Amino acid sequence: MSLNLYGSEFTSRFLIGSAQYPSPAILLDAIAASRAGIVTVSLRREAGKDGAGQQFWSLIKQSGARLLPNTAGCKTVKEAVNTAHMARELFATPWIKLEVIGEDDTLQPDVFALVEAARILCAEGFQVFPYTTDDLVVADKLLAAGCEVLMPWGAPIGSGRGLNNPFALRALRAHFPDTALIVDAGIGLPSQAAAAMELGYDAILLNTAVAKAGNPVAMASAFAQAIAAGRSAFHAGAIAPRDMACPSTPVPGSPFWHSGGGQ
Amino acid sequence: MKIDIIGSGVSGLCCAHAFLERACEVRVISASDALDSSCCSWWAGGMLAPGCEGESAEPLIAALGVESMKFWQALTPNYTRAGTLVLATSRDRPLLDNFARNTQGWQKLASTQMQDLEPDLAERFNSGLLFADEAHLDPRQSLGQLIEQLKSRGVEFTQRVIDDGPGNEYSSVADWIIDCRGLGAAHQLPDLRGVKGEMLHIHSTEISLSRPVRLLHPRIPLYIVPRANGVFMIGATMIESTERSRASVRSVLELLSAAYALHPAFGEAEIIEIGVDARPAFNDNLPRLRRRGKTLSVNGMYRHGFLAAPAMARRCVEFALDGIIPKEVMDENTP
Repeated sequence: MSLNLYGSEFTSRFLIGSAQYPSPAILLDAIAASRAGIVTVSLRREAGKDGAGQQFWSLIKQSGARLLPNTAGCKTVKEAVNTAHMARELFATPWIKLEVIGEDDTLQPDVFALVEAARILCAEGFQVFPYTTDDLVVADKLLAAGCEVLMPWGAPIGSGRGLNNPFALRALRAHFPDTALIVDAGIGLPSQAAAAMELGYDAILLNTAVAKAGNPVAMASAFAQAIAAGRSAFHAGAIAPRDMACPSTPVPGSPFWHSGGGQ
Repeated sequence: MKIDIIGSGVSGLCCAHAFLERACEVRVISASDALDSSCCSWWAGGMLAPGCEGESAEPLIAALGVESMKFWQALTPNYTRAGTLVLATSRDRPLLDNFARNTQGWQKLASTQMQDLEPDLAERFNSGLLFADEAHLDPRQSLGQLIEQLKSRGVEFTQRVIDDGPGNEYSSVADWIIDCRGLGAAHQLPDLRGVKGEMLHIHSTEISLSRPVRLLHPRIPLYIVPRANGVFMIGATMIESTERSRASVRSVLELLSAAYALHPAFGEAEIIEIGVDARPAFNDNLPRLRRRGKTLSVNGMYRHGFLAAPAMARRCVEFALDGIIPKEVMDENTP
């Protein structure tokens, strides 16, 4: 089944960021290799005056992916709301990835400002993708504010630490079975992306792990495979782990029953 | 042979020099009649660091860079081969490992070596990477020397703005027109984009550095290049934008905070100048040579003007005079 975000369907469950690549050419190749249907773009700094960043954005549009503008770098409700307005005008989309950073060292969201900004933007008709923590109560408030998608962190932005708190992510999934949940931030390895998908998350958003890899294009492809594998595994129904060995060959009736192990 | 060169940034001047060496009659046409801030070479860092740039640039840049360094070494007395020091604060240590993994030509420094190389930094940083073969120069001095040398050898400099507007195409009796206008040629080269950069010059007598220092940071990578008489160049932001003015508070704040993190003495330094311009770049951030008729354009230097311009100039001359096609940088050859 495809990924549904605010009524739009996507076959890929990979959302990729567009910052920090060695060159736009490599960025475009990485997007192609990721097969991502959605690319995030920041506009806080690039916007400049008179759309001075247009050229870079049109380049990303060439990938054919849908653009998800973000409010990266914003620290207050007002800044985030203004940036969202600018994004709607520049990209002609109601979509906004809402980031309100509350702490410089961990780049963790200011969840109070986030909920407030989400409330304002949802009321104005925006379709908000909030970058949040794995806190259940905050998640609930964001949904009440009108968000239909939640993007909890795996770990701090750019840290590459993977899923810092799988317990909380599992609880979030269990509490909101019908909400699109996207793990955003902190993923460093394809195996970590696969782990999040195995927990039942709907999609993965990442940037640094691909952009800063030795070979970004190869890493984008590796993540695409891992995300697809994790999703298949989730649907396939995993076995429950157990402490004792359990032979995979049916024992009764085995012709080697009496011959002992290893012969 | 008559050669017209449009543009007097590092690329135009290197081309002028290269054609002059082959006994051509060279004229330089540029928007400004002096060396000034109208070209982005004015704001360059002047780091000749093919090894460090290899972290994100294609191997071609290192090849062009090694070739160009010989040119600068022969040309300018302020060429200093003291290497590049790459550092990270303790919390960003993993970035140093990443940098080492993605580059070649470095040696890991122990704290005793740090003490010998940069005593002012040794107390705060006890390890780093040294790219010993790298060098730096003062861009404004070097460009000034180049202009003086060209003028004394008979190169004529003409002030004229050539803006590519319809009906204002440049025509000349010259045998070749070498277009080195950078972003000024954006109308002719629609795949050229701007990458905005902001930088500062500061002055401090409290700290001295013998070589460029790069401080790694996940969002705000910084370099500091020592100039003469206690002046330091701090650079540079990389923003996908064609905007050539308006240094933002955020950018300057980030650059200065990074400098302060490198050494608190920079907190008391005097701000001399804040600069901003946009670098001309193609999508792969590699320079190009393109021929259309008798116009040869040399463009897309990105952040590698001083590193690539002499090597690009040599290719340009060899194509124009000897018919040698430089496949690695030439993507159009329309007679």
